[in-house]
Order: sequence, then structure tokens, then C-alpha cells
Amino acid sequence: MKPSDPSITWLEEKPLGLAERLYLPLFVSGLSTTARHLVSPKVTVSFPEQRPKVGNPLIYRGVHRLNRDPEGRVKCVACFLCATACPAHCIDIVAAESPWPDREKYPESFHIDELRCIFCGMCEEACPVDAIELTSLLDLTGKSREEMIFDKEKLLSVYDMTKDAEPMKSASMGCTP
Amino acid sequence: MPVVIVDGQEIEIGADERLNCIEVARRAGKEIPHYCWHPGLSVVASCRMCLIETGQRDAATGKITMVPKLVPGCQTPVKDGTVIVTESPLVKDSRARVEEALLIDHPIDCPICDKAGECLLQDYHFQHGQPERRADLQPFHSRKRDVGPTVTLFVDRCIMCTRCVRFTREISGTAELMVTSRGAKEEIDVFPGHPLANKLSGNVVDLCPVGALGDKDFLYQQRVWFLKREANVCGGCSAGCSIHTEHNQDAVYRLKPRENPHVNTWWICDEGRYGWHHLHDQSRILDAARKAASPSHRGSGATPATETVEWADVVVKLRDDLKTAGRLAVAVSPMLTIEEAWMLCAVARSIDPEAFLSLGFVPVKGEDETFPGGFTIRAEKCPNRKGVEEVLALYGAGGHSWNDLVAHVAAGKADAAWITAGYPGPWIDTAVADAFANLKQLVVQDLFDSPLMRLATWRLPATGFAERAGTWVNVAHHAQSFRQAIRPPAGVWPEGRLFWNMLGRRGLYDATAVRQQLAASSPAFTALAGEMPATGVDLRIHQLA
Repeated sequence: MKPSDPSITWLEEKPLGLAERLYLPLFVSGLSTTARHLVSPKVTVSFPEQRPKVGNPLIYRGVHRLNRDPEGRVKCVACFLCATACPAHCIDIVAAESPWPDREKYPESFHIDELRCIFCGMCEEACPVDAIELTSLLDLTGKSREEMIFDKEKLLSVYDMTKDAEPMKSASMGCTP
Repeated sequence: MPVVIVDGQEIEIGADERLNCIEVARRAGKEIPHYCWHPGLSVVASCRMCLIETGQRDAATGKITMVPKLVPGCQTPVKDGTVIVTESPLVKDSRARVEEALLIDHPIDCPICDKAGECLLQDYHFQHGQPERRADLQPFHSRKRDVGPTVTLFVDRCIMCTRCVRFTREISGTAELMVTSRGAKEEIDVFPGHPLANKLSGNVVDLCPVGALGDKDFLYQQRVWFLKREANVCGGCSAGCSIHTEHNQDAVYRLKPRENPHVNTWWICDEGRYGWHHLHDQSRILDAARKAASPSHRGSGATPATETVEWADVVVKLRDDLKTAGRLAVAVSPMLTIEEAWMLCAVARSIDPEAFLSLGFVPVKGEDETFPGGFTIRAEKCPNRKGVEEVLALYGAGGHSWNDLVAHVAAGKADAAWITAGYPGPWIDTAVADAFANLKQLVVQDLFDSPLMRLATWRLPATGFAERAGTWVNVAHHAQSFRQAIRPPAGVWPEGRLFWNMLGRRGLYDATAVRQQLAASSPAFTALAGEMPATGVDLRIHQLA
């Protein structure tokens, strides 16, 4: 767009009035904001001693988990759609023929590099069987890079850890059981 | 010239061309969707996807008379004045209904189906199907049936186009597959005890427009949208079939036939299709190594010390070692491209102007096998014997075979030998290798360890078919150029790069430049000048004319 574009409306800055030129009224209004926040209730918490309150765990995008089906098997069918959707290329899956007669394919290994992940939630969106979900766990730490690459067992253990506090979204959102 | 009118567009066709509506529409840039029709198979017109409106223009009056009902485009030949309408509401409605009918019986398990992404049912549904389902369909799991050592049938995904059945009857001539039951209960099956086990069986997987036939070798390995494809040539036998090498991150996942009317039409054999696993074999030779060159070491049985040599040093030291040794004999492997062979001969003659050049070992297994559909698997399991022979002829070594070289060395007429190999399997036994035991220098360039490799003073790694660039000349003198599909394992120089550097040429190895020089320097290779078409050229084209 050029400066001469007719769709641009050019405005002149208003000349300063007496109050602005005196400076004092602006000084008072600024300080009064500071004073108001000094006495109003605090919104920050002393992390990690205090835990922040997650507004809606259903839509929070924290650590991933791999859900289990009613029989306790990994729900994932190794379709690679999460890995395809992932903009950070942090999901690595090795598919194999499933050992169960009612399923065809399952992930032999499933790795998420939590350090690469940007927590965009695209994997959750892409999953056709609601197997991968983002929990409301927000403090993710590790002592090494290797430790931050979560394998299938670890992702399933996140599910076991969080399933009571955060039931599978499928039930409340009308997705696959 | 006959003129056909496709959606108002006049298309001229050859006077003696026998085309159907699908082929003519393609020339007009219109794709008529079809499942059961395949140019290499007989026409059954059973899928009804290619239904179109046709008519005839009266040559005298110019009046067009349309056929009142839709006709299958695959089964309708065109002639002068044929009118084809491919995009009328009637045609579109018919396609949407065919799609709907096919999907009623389909499991819709696309997320776990290996065909997803290259599936015609998927593509046509998006292009021609209805936006919403009218039937209450639930995805379900397809039944699986083992039909042969290479192929798995997913029974419920099948749309009964019978391409696979026709292939086994018309092309492989083995007729293992059949249709059982009738109507909505139709299924593809094999007779008990007669599995789909012919040498072309993998082609039925390519033919299948949906995910019903799965290649066991590729099943669950990779989603197809991750694969990159490079037009390549199969190195499995001297037929030199055109293929696509499908790979991801320097790993080959599968080979697919590439249509080439001059060579393999639409097919490749299973031996070629699955003949890439050696590329990723862990036992491949990856380092250039040099051994203390005194023959006494070998006689005493003690293993002489080997040192790994940097490639940049190989270029210099190899030349020095061979020059010091004296009379040189070189075996030019028929696995090499003509560019590599030409450079190798030049390198050899620059080291020893009297160097004995010969064709390398030519592996032969059984006899040529021709199938009823005309496809031939060659007994000669190397891709470029003809090409290497032509190159050797330029250096006055046209008739020299591998046996001549062995005899030459055994007679003590050489002090050093340079054996290029690159065969996917074992090729030489100890008895033959012993002829090379008393040389001052023995350079062996191969993919795997062998009795000959154990005698070598210079061990050099070779590269496989997808890792090299160049031109191969097949048994019928048809030359095809191809580019590198994947990089060789870390640290391995393709043969072309080594020879290029040993010739003292600057910059990166450029197979195209070498090919054009070769074409310019010799009348035998004139056909290779300029751009090579994807389907290749006949090397004798100028000699025939």
C-alpha cells in the first residue's frame, strides 16, 4: 500500500490542550492506576509453591497423553495423522500389525519430543480416534533432553495419572468412546 | 484426420489410432474417472464410473445426434465425428451415485488404510461424490485374507473392479485370483492351496484402485504422503524397467513401476520390486581401506594391518599405488552406468596406457522368462552390460569378458587389478578369487564382503542402484538416464564421484555433463546428446535411420 492510496485517511495529531501541557493531571491519573492495583486482589501466584488455577482443563494445552480404550490397550491406531498435522515435527511413530484380532494396526513405538512441541494442539484436532489429548499439566521439567522425549509407556502413564481428574474429552464432547 | 469433439473442443486423432473415450478426453485435458479400465488390461466396463454422454456428428449436415442414455467411456471407441460430453449434469449425477453405491459397502477405515492418500475411491469421492451421506454408515474393520506370500487382501475394501483378476489371467497367465459369489456378496479370493505366488504378483497391488490389496513388504511401513519419488531404473536385470523409487529421509520404502511403452509398459517383476533391501543392509562396506601390500603377509595367514583412508587421499594414493605396481587390469562392472564406465576406462588408461580393460562379472540366473502378457524377466541380472560393452569398444577392449580378465591375471600378465562390482548378492567363490592372490595391488570396489574382497589391498565401497546417477543401456539397446534418488550411506562416495576426482576434474560430479561429452565424442553414443526423455532413447536410433 502506497502513502498515496485513496483508501488511507490521513489524520492530523490534535494540538495539546492546557491539561496535557501542564503534565500534572496525567501524572495523577497514572499514579492512581498504580495505587488501585496496590490494593486490589492479586492475580499472580507464587509458583511453584502455589499452583495456578487452570480455567477449563478440557481446552487447556499442556502435556500430552495417550488414552487407553476400555480394555486398557492403547487407543491409537497408528494412522500418523497427528505426525502429519504436527507443525513442529515432534511426533515419531512406528506402526505395526496389532496383536489383537479386532484391531488392524497399532503403534509399536510412539515418541513425542516435548522440547520440540509448541503445544498448538493440532495433534489432538487431527486424531480420528481421540487417542492423543493435551492435559492441563503445565509444569513440565526434566534433567536431560533425552528425558523430555516421551515414549508410549510414559504417555500412557500420563493418562493413568490424569484420567480421574480429567476424564477423556470424548465423553463430554460426543466423540468416540 | 478423424476429429473427435470433447466438451466442444475438437481433437484430432491419428487415422489408424484405436482410442476409447477416456483416452481421447485425456488429450483434451479432461479426466474421465474410472476404476476398472486399465490401458494394459481387457475392458469389462463393470465399475460404471466412466459413464458419459456420447453422440455422432453427421459429416454431411453437421447435425449432432446424441445417444439417449449414458455409455461407459472405456468401452466406447471413438471415430470421426464422435461427440463426447464429460461434464453434463446427467454425467455428474451418475458419478455421484456410483460413488455413493461403492461407499455403502466400504469400511471407510481410511486412517488405518495404507492406500489413503493415493486411493482413487478417496480422490473420486472428493471430486465427484456427494457432500453428505444419505445412508447411515458406520466405519468398520475390513476382513483380512492372506492370498499369497507378497499380498494381503482386505476383503471389504474391495470395489470389485477385477483389475487384479484380469491381470493374473492376461498378463502373468497364472489365473490365481477369482471372483466368488455374486451380486453384493462378490469377493476376490484364491483357490485353497493355490496362493497368488507368481513372479509378477506385486503388480496387482499397484493396479488396485483402492486399499484392498496390500503389499506385505510395505504394509504399515509409511504413510504414502511422506514419500518422495524419483524416476529411476531397476537394476535387477538387463530389462532395465522404468521405476519410481519412493523414499523418505534417504531410506527406500518401495519401488513402483513407471509407465514406459518402450521397456516395461506398466509392470515390474517382484524380484525387482523387492530388490532394494540390500541397499539398507547393515553389512555393507562403508569405509575406504588400504592394506599393507606385501604378498608375503597373505601367504603367512596373518592379517595385515588395514588403515582407513580419507576419500580425498584415496584419489591420490590409489593412483600412486597402481602406478607403482605396473601392468594394470580393470574389470568394468555391468552395474556401473556408462558415464562411470567411461570415466573408469579413462582413469585406467591414464595410469597405465596399456591397461587391460574388460567387462566385469555378468551374473546370470536361469533363462529369460516371458509371460503371456509380453513381460520378460531377463536371466542376466545386471542392468548395463550392453552399455559397458559399447564403452569398452571405444577403448579397443570390446570383446573382453570377465573370464578373459581372470585368465589374463592368472597368466601373470598383470601386476595390479581394479575390480568394480556392486552386485546385490554373493558373486565370486574362493576358487576364482585365488587367481588374484599374487597381485601387487588389488582394488575391489563392492557393496559387500566377498572372497575377493578379503584379498584386496584396497577395499572401496560401491553404491547401489538408487544411490547413483547416470545412464544404463538395457538388453534391447534402450538407454535411460536417471538421477540419484537417495544419498549413499554417510561417508561413501559414489563411483562416479571417485572417478571424476581421479580424472582431476573440478567441482561436483555431474553425470549429465559426462553423458553429453560421451555423446559428442563417439558416434556410438550420439543418441544420448541433449536432454534425455523420461522414457529413454534407443541407442541405435541414428544407425537405424
